[in-house]
Amino acid sequence: MDTGNFHHALKIREDLCVGCSHCMNVCPTEAIRVNNGKALLLDDNCVDCGKCFRECPSSAIIIDHDDFNYIFDYKYRVVLVPAIFTGQFPEDITLRQIHSVMLDIGFTHIYEVENGAEILADEIQEYVNTHSDIKPIISSFCPAIVRLIQVKFPSLVDNIMRLKPPLDISAHFIKKELLNQGIPESEIGIFYVTPCAAKIAAIKEPVGEKSSPIAGAINMDFLFNKVYHAVSKKSNQSCTIPAPLSLSEKAKSWSLTNGEAKHITGRCLAIDEIHNVIDFLEKLENDEIGDIDFLELRACDESCAGGVLTPGNRFLTVERLRNHAYSSTNTEIVQDFPNGFRNITSQRDYLKTKIGIESVSPRSILKLDEDMAEAMKKMDKVNQILKVLPMIDCSVCGAPSCQALAQDIVLGDADLKQCIFIQRTLEQKGEMTLEESNRILRKIWGFEKTNKYRKL
Amino acid sequence: MDFEFNVEGGNFTKAGTASSQVKKILKQLNVDPKIIKRIVVALYEAEVNIVAHAYSGKVFIDISTDRIDMKLVDEGPGIPDIKLAMQQGYSTASSAVREMGFGAGMGLPNMDNNCDELNITSEVGKGTIVKMAVYLNHNK
Repeated sequence: MDTGNFHHALKIREDLCVGCSHCMNVCPTEAIRVNNGKALLLDDNCVDCGKCFRECPSSAIIIDHDDFNYIFDYKYRVVLVPAIFTGQFPEDITLRQIHSVMLDIGFTHIYEVENGAEILADEIQEYVNTHSDIKPIISSFCPAIVRLIQVKFPSLVDNIMRLKPPLDISAHFIKKELLNQGIPESEIGIFYVTPCAAKIAAIKEPVGEKSSPIAGAINMDFLFNKVYHAVSKKSNQSCTIPAPLSLSEKAKSWSLTNGEAKHITGRCLAIDEIHNVIDFLEKLENDEIGDIDFLELRACDESCAGGVLTPGNRFLTVERLRNHAYSSTNTEIVQDFPNGFRNITSQRDYLKTKIGIESVSPRSILKLDEDMAEAMKKMDKVNQILKVLPMIDCSVCGAPSCQALAQDIVLGDADLKQCIFIQRTLEQKGEMTLEESNRILRKIWGFEKTNKYRKL
Repeated sequence: MDFEFNVEGGNFTKAGTASSQVKKILKQLNVDPKIIKRIVVALYEAEVNIVAHAYSGKVFIDISTDRIDMKLVDEGPGIPDIKLAMQQGYSTASSAVREMGFGAGMGLPNMDNNCDELNITSEVGKGTIVKMAVYLNHNK
């Protein structure tokens, strides 16, 4: 079933995984099973939402970012910082201090991701206006949502707007500006400070696009630690740079909930947190909700402020971004900001040629078979199996639910005897030995967990 | 392949349960998403009609590789003039039902637009039988 074609930033470290199954039980797309005492990720099902990462008690789920020293492969090292990165720091730390430290640790240029929204906002409006036959237009901002729609809501893929998110627009802008300065492409390394796994996956394997202009991703928690350590020692006076240019109000809140939707005219809704999004998309797919022009959907609660790699509390991050020292009325704008970039709107025409993406293709994980007649046979089998399963979703079988086990069995990836209720019945009927049922449990949960009591 | 669902009259919070279930089944069967959409829209409308007008009802679904047949049987007031009911904008829904966003008189026309066969029989004071079919191998 797994094609192994999809890049995932989420990885399970077998050496650390204790097979506790917490991740399996929180996964919104049932992408995890337990086998041999370890969690196993089903590549096709995973949308990189990061719920499992947050849940794992033994830090065995990691988000595979690029080695920081990789930036030194490039002569020009641009860091693309999202506004929420600034929102992680206490209010008494200024943007100026944060940026100074980032230059100290090795970057040559700093650019705030949401500048791309200055271009994008108008393009979305235009897109919504010219695609009035498609309702609603769904934002392409959150890569976990784009993947969720591909795997679970294939009928809605055409509703995804075919425009790049601010991150890619900003990256194209910077690349163009540096190229214009005569810098060879091979010397430009653009790095993104990511709040989540999905953004990494989107950079490594963009949906609806061939390749990304971004060279690598650095996890936000990692960079936060590195910067915070140094920033506390740096007063405003010791800063090597003047106060940086502030983002506009629109750009600053773009990655927060309702950051996009409020700028689009018509009936627009903003929904955050993946389960909320799934509930809504179910209704939308049934045509129970009509007449919405634009939908902003984000996988994390409080959108990117709640990204799994953000070290701070999401509500405080939102508050800081809304009030912060980082106010847009900041008049301290200094012209000679070292290695500063021009206003992104100066390249509007160029960026408009880069903003589109190809259509997004569905890759349903729900279908039991390509061929409908075969799928019907398999569904019959699934329904037969479900009749004998206890339907309590205890997950002792190593699958997240009875339904998931039944499907795994029919697809040849599991055995009915993995169900502990079936085992008990078979033992009682003399059709299964204790050794055999023990062996099956050990195969799912590993030797350690199935022998704890024996050792007492 | 047969499936059966119960529909409770007056319970709008549960309206759409049968169509959601059918949608899930059709996705598993790898039916073209565009056809699924038509089926679900037609079925949802029919289901809401039972909730809005009848006392109780049953939904019978029969899926084969070339078509899906849907039969909705309700116990309710029945439809005195089916032709009139088929007209866009005609509705007998109570104001309470309209306030909930239903009863715009688009139900039957919408069903007609989304299925390949529609047959309605009704007996006033007893109930209504709605039969719909959607062909799976070609788009309308």
